[in-house]
Amino acid sequence: MTVTSYVFSGHVVEEEMEFSLAELSQACCVDAEWLVALVEEGIIEPLERESRWCFTGPTVQRVRTVQRLQRDLRVNLPGAALTLELLEEINALRSQLAKFEFSERNS
Amino acid sequence: MEFKDYYKIMGVERSASQDDIKRAYRKLSRKYHPDVSKESDAEEKFKSVGEAYEVLKDPEKRAAYDQLGANWQSGEEFRPPPEWDQGFEFHGGGFTEGDASQFSDFFETLFGGAHAAGGSRGAHFNLRGEDSHAKVFISLEDAYHSATRAITLRQTELGDDGRPRLKNRTLSVKIPKGVHQGQHIRLAGQGGVGIGQGKAGDLYLEVEFEPHPFYRVEGRDLYLDLPVTPWEAALGASVNIPTPAGKVELKIPPNSSSGSKMRLRGRGIPGQSAGDFYAVLQVVLPPADTEKAKALYREMAQQLAFNPRATLGV
Repeated sequence: MTVTSYVFSGHVVEEEMEFSLAELSQACCVDAEWLVALVEEGIIEPLERESRWCFTGPTVQRVRTVQRLQRDLRVNLPGAALTLELLEEINALRSQLAKFEFSERNS
Repeated sequence: MEFKDYYKIMGVERSASQDDIKRAYRKLSRKYHPDVSKESDAEEKFKSVGEAYEVLKDPEKRAAYDQLGANWQSGEEFRPPPEWDQGFEFHGGGFTEGDASQFSDFFETLFGGAHAAGGSRGAHFNLRGEDSHAKVFISLEDAYHSATRAITLRQTELGDDGRPRLKNRTLSVKIPKGVHQGQHIRLAGQGGVGIGQGKAGDLYLEVEFEPHPFYRVEGRDLYLDLPVTPWEAALGASVNIPTPAGKVELKIPPNSSSGSKMRLRGRGIPGQSAGDFYAVLQVVLPPADTEKAKALYREMAQQLAFNPRATLGV
């Protein structure tokens, strides 16, 4: 095991970073063509910056989730889009439920 | 090394047909997919199921596995018999369903030689190294103080013999202040090694908080269950409370009750828009286990006209 004494500092992807199409394709190890298909499907949404596409930090995780769903469950793109929307809804409900259970426990 | 009962993991009989196994796999992989399931051990289960399917879906591997015999118990100490795979030829079938580097030592020992041939990993030919992704556990306090943490990563690399093998690498990483659950830290140049003149890829670390004994995290906000005495809640008080940034004094207003939330603005997880810290009061009754305590409770009973069931009409 090698231990380096150098201390690395990084950036918080979700808050401090934006990605060009090329950078996003590198970050997710996928082809740019496939990312364009995700944009066309409305799964990820680019911002227009000086007529170039630019993606926000959380996009990396959306892309990776779609990759895993495709690879592991053989979900196609419209199915992945639907799955992402449902997962978001479930997560919102779960966090509301946790809040509710928390205040219930304390009353 | 522990024996793995792949049939048990898939929930099928040893006599199950290939179709049964496929159906069982499809069902379990949906159930335990880490992006979909919220069970705490979903990822572990998903990997086990993937590994089991990798063997059982392939008639060659399945036959070899069956040959080990049906008497092994799951988790039992296992060493493969010498030349157990004699006479079997594995055609590295490609790892389309699972990530082979995630498979167990058990799998590695039995079928490890086979997948060097069919490994799908090296198929990408990038000049720049691939970006890699890993999960790290940090304590809540690390996010407050921007601590430096040693993070150990397991990476697959190609050995001199051309076979993939696991290697541990430890990095000291400064945790950015204010990072929270589910966010990612990018370390430039710490991903896969580049080929030729190519630069190394980047490393993405997904942050997960270790469970804390008394704080609960909700996005950027923190919740603390704060026990208080009945007189502190009734008369108001100043009490010391812990926060990850250190002790602070909290003013409890008179006539507070259990469940009252006190907000300390901006004392949640720090950052450009810092979260809030909530202390949720829990009134704790002193036990009536001495004569003096009993006398005080009796006195309250006599002196206070208090009916907590008034709203129930009794």
